[in-house]
Amino acid sequence: MSRLLPFFGFLLLVALFGFGIWWNTGHDQREVPSPLIDKPAPAYALPKLDDPAQTVSKAAMLGHPYLLNVFASWCIACGEEHPVLMAEGRTLGIPVVGYNYKDAPEDAKAWLAQHGNPYDLIVADREGRTAIDFGVYGAPESFLVDAKGVIRYKRIGPFTPEAIERELKPAIAALQRETP
Amino acid sequence: MRAPLRLLCVLLLGLAGLAAAQAIDPLPFKDHAQEVRFQQLTSQLRCLVCQNENLADSNAGLARDLRHEVFEQMQQGKSDDEIKQYLVARYSDFVLYDPPLQAGTVLLWFGPLLVLLGGAVAVAVTIRRRSRRAVPATPTETGDDDW
Repeated sequence: MSRLLPFFGFLLLVALFGFGIWWNTGHDQREVPSPLIDKPAPAYALPKLDDPAQTVSKAAMLGHPYLLNVFASWCIACGEEHPVLMAEGRTLGIPVVGYNYKDAPEDAKAWLAQHGNPYDLIVADREGRTAIDFGVYGAPESFLVDAKGVIRYKRIGPFTPEAIERELKPAIAALQRETP
Repeated sequence: MRAPLRLLCVLLLGLAGLAAAQAIDPLPFKDHAQEVRFQQLTSQLRCLVCQNENLADSNAGLARDLRHEVFEQMQQGKSDDEIKQYLVARYSDFVLYDPPLQAGTVLLWFGPLLVLLGGAVAVAVTIRRRSRRAVPATPTETGDDDW
């Protein structure tokens, strides 16, 4: 029996390392959980992309839920997400607000002209200061903000059609049940 | 053959130096003490984009923005803890290289100690068992303690 002890030790280590591999392939290790979920969205006042003279504030957006989608023309993953938003954006039943992140306005406009515009409204954060308040660390990121201005859901990385069905739509449905 | 190789090495070294120089973008510090404090603080904070780098060394755009934010808050007279709190509120404890002791991190903090204790117990039990077995075995010298 005691001769088998090292073998059992070995099996235990195999199980431990196996669990480690399984655990780390199951989720994105780079994903940082947002501490802002179920907290009020930070106050912001950002100029519109197509008309910088007008600003959009958090207060002005209160009263109905919306999806805030952080994108930039320099962001490759945003290019992957873009067709998904083009196809599904209008079916969500809530406005999709584009958050143009650290981008030159002319680049952003050219990008949207080329690939299409899935947004109901686009705000621009050229310096990325407000994005820090949102805890943005890469694009694309998306925030579902409810009618009271509380962040209810966050997606880090591009939306896929599956993620929209599995995560975003149920989250929106839950909001709509709350505020008929 | 060797001369181009040497030239390449020199070029690469130069390039590495350049990258290091760019990472530390010049900020108008009030004095040397403030610069030291800034370096210390940003080296304790993780860059969210390239997660194996700290804020002090990272070249990422966001790291630059966050360095400037830290710098500005230092000018406003905020303490290191207040600045860390500011970042934790936005990016979670993940930004701290030194995780705080709380319910979720107890295993992280004391896990190694538990493993060490477990090992110590195992060693103690084995030694005791062997010495107990060895006492009757020595006079006969049958050599059955082959392990």
